[in-house]
Amino acid sequence: MLKLHQPLLVDKAVKVLFWALTFFTLIILFFILGFLLKKGLPVVSWEFLTQPIRDMGKSGGIFPSIIGTIYLTLLGVVLATPLGVGTAIYLVEYTRESRMTRAIRFGADCLAGIPSIIFGMFGFVFFVITLKMGWSLISGALTIAFMVLPTIIRTAEEALKSVPQGYREVSFSLGSGKWQTVLHAVLPRALPGILTGVVLSIGRCVGETAAVIFTAGSALGLPLSIFDSTRTLSVHFYILAREGISMENAYGTAVVLVLSILLINIFAYTLMNRYISKNS
Amino acid sequence: MNKKFTIRDLNIRYDHQVALSDCNMDVFANEILGVIGPSNSGKTSFLRTLNRMIDLNNQAVVEGEVLMDGKDVFIDLSVEDLRKRVGMVFASPICLPMSIYENIVYGPRRHGRRKKDELDSLVEESLKASFLWDEVKNRLHTSALRLSGGQQQRLCIARSLANDPEVILFDEPCSGLDPISTAKVEEALVELKQKYTIIFVTNNVKQAARISDRVAFFLMSQLIELDQTQTIFTSPNDKRTEDYVSGRFG
Repeated sequence: MLKLHQPLLVDKAVKVLFWALTFFTLIILFFILGFLLKKGLPVVSWEFLTQPIRDMGKSGGIFPSIIGTIYLTLLGVVLATPLGVGTAIYLVEYTRESRMTRAIRFGADCLAGIPSIIFGMFGFVFFVITLKMGWSLISGALTIAFMVLPTIIRTAEEALKSVPQGYREVSFSLGSGKWQTVLHAVLPRALPGILTGVVLSIGRCVGETAAVIFTAGSALGLPLSIFDSTRTLSVHFYILAREGISMENAYGTAVVLVLSILLINIFAYTLMNRYISKNS
Repeated sequence: MNKKFTIRDLNIRYDHQVALSDCNMDVFANEILGVIGPSNSGKTSFLRTLNRMIDLNNQAVVEGEVLMDGKDVFIDLSVEDLRKRVGMVFASPICLPMSIYENIVYGPRRHGRRKKDELDSLVEESLKASFLWDEVKNRLHTSALRLSGGQQQRLCIARSLANDPEVILFDEPCSGLDPISTAKVEEALVELKQKYTIIFVTNNVKQAARISDRVAFFLMSQLIELDQTQTIFTSPNDKRTEDYVSGRFG
């Protein structure tokens, strides 16, 4: 029987418990990764990465999907970042806490809670049909931009708030204006935090399926302009698996998808750490 | 003597809490004015009014007249121009997270000075004037945050000097420093008097006695007495001043 008045024993038990929980989390991660790699890695080859999609995906590679994913993600993030960071700067630096800022924040949080398939439907009705953009990179990019906007706003806001008030005071006391202070004293310090939000958004854009399939479509060819339809990796995976076209190629696509998200994260965090250690 | 600041009927409050009432005083050019008094006596509010840093506090209401060289700081001068002419050094040294060099040229850059050789010599001059040059001349491009507390505070002084101000306000500049660093900062202050007008707030009565030409004593939101340092410490007019400087309260 465990006696609670034995602090050392309790400490030990708790430590083991938390270690076990952490271990369990890691096991899940490695299990999924291992499963994917085992099934998909044999399919991945130079040809698989560089060949066009043939026979609806039964053979050939996934090159157009890789390019489509990169375009869509870049476009989405490029659209969302200035909008989101701008909103965050306005909320933190240019207004006082008021009913309106709370309303904006609440709105952003609600936006974050909307399921992505609803964004997809909205994008389909608004961009594809009403604005006559059709199934295209631009429709898809606008839709996912709206989708990741809350993430970017909230992380940028936290990053800006974490900049010590003293830096602003110093900048003002040296006769800088508001914008100069934001630009030169606040933003450099908040940049790593802001980038964290952007990286998270890149991950979500790369992996997004439901919102994209309705708006960017599922064309097999290489997109040549922002008005072309494309089939991102996750959509390609979904169609291959769902329609039973080729499970091997579906796993191959999944491996490429997961590994690229992993690489993006590793790359981004290395970059950020280097930036942080250079500036402190 | 030239009057640098003329302050008439200055009232400061935060919402309804009075921070300073009916303050009248003159500050002369090239003097060191020490401002003493216990916490919450209105010293810092007074100081932050002179360069309008008090504007950053949304609740602050300032009434009365603050003239700098005859011009009202709230009406006749732009706030950027005022703060360039009236520099400030804060209680705890706040260096921006950049190199020593970048910290010093921060102000001049914002005011449009871009030429590298000009900035280089500005950095050297400012660091020499704040007695920091010899300690950092070989590592100007390393992070300012690696300096010791005392060095950081002298860097903050150098940063103010680089803006070529006329007045420098010090808000308890030595409150977090050890005696040796304090001595160095004080040495710098006395030296700076040649070129600048210095107003410094301190909780340390002895420090005010050591370096100021005149001393102002604030208590409970009021300016009680302003006189030559000698007079304040030997034969003050007001009983409260005598009690405070002799350590009977505070």
